[in-house]
Amino acid sequence: MTFGRPGRRLTEYQVIGRHLPTEANPTPKLYRMRIFAPNTVVAKSRFWYFLMQLRKVKKANGEIVSLNVISEKRPLKVKTFGVWIRYDSRSGTHNMYKEFREMSRTEAVEALYQDMAARHRARFGSIHVLKVVEVENSESIRRPYIKQLLQKDLKFPLPHRSVKPSGKKLYAYSRPSTFA
Amino acid sequence: MADIDVKVAQWKLVEVGRVVLIRSGPFTGKLAAIVEIVDHRRVLVDGPSTEENKIVPRHVLPLAHATLTHFVIPQLPRAAGTGPVRKLWQKNEIDGKWAKSSIAQKTDRAERRKNLNDFERFKVLRLRKQARYEVQKAHAKLRAAAPKA
Repeated sequence: MTFGRPGRRLTEYQVIGRHLPTEANPTPKLYRMRIFAPNTVVAKSRFWYFLMQLRKVKKANGEIVSLNVISEKRPLKVKTFGVWIRYDSRSGTHNMYKEFREMSRTEAVEALYQDMAARHRARFGSIHVLKVVEVENSESIRRPYIKQLLQKDLKFPLPHRSVKPSGKKLYAYSRPSTFA
Repeated sequence: MADIDVKVAQWKLVEVGRVVLIRSGPFTGKLAAIVEIVDHRRVLVDGPSTEENKIVPRHVLPLAHATLTHFVIPQLPRAAGTGPVRKLWQKNEIDGKWAKSSIAQKTDRAERRKNLNDFERFKVLRLRKQARYEVQKAHAKLRAAAPKA
């Protein structure tokens, strides 16, 4: 069994499952989901969680037909991803659309979970990732914080930086130079 | 009011083609060019140096781990592949220019000093003493020649 790749929090899995064949229905319909999870165990668990909400199938009367990892096609290209989510806040359920600039779908979803944890204190358990789509046309990017990164000849300075000195000393005898 | 001439500071900019020095992580001390800006904190870099031990593979680098250098590869297209970057890198002689820069020379010297053995350190000590002695001799001569105040 493969547990998540080291150094990577989430992996995208394709999980296919179905209801167990019965006499009434010897060929039950297959259901396929793309699930972002830290490992295969969580991926299968999330598959049953979502399928139970949508269809009358549960783990006791169903089976997983196949489970495999979906890897990024071009992991060296910077892409913009649109992510649709549904999440339970302390006072209700909300739908959201967010955009991320990342190298892969999994990195975009990792960034999403960090963002939701930071801005809304939402955890993995209270977030459903509904859809992750690469936004190829820069015209259809909706969020201004992503749009500003796509302007032509983008350039900016790094005006105030303090470089950490190599030796770790608690006190310095001179103020750090933060210019350039 | 006096005319005050205010000059705009010449900042080194984060831009496509800017050569950065990597300050932490597995590629510390190596050079790479910015190929694309991911967001305000991260850039995609690629360092196709001709020397085997100076190659930086294409990856996302946080700007906190980079120092901007004075060198820019002009007219590097956004998100150019490693091949075109290597070509422009060689054409602009980034490796050669970097080796001549004072930062590179200083780090080279520090590296060499760090790897000296005991006898070599002793030789450095003797040579520095000799150099200092010559400076002091010249200075004393000037002082003796100068008119008494």
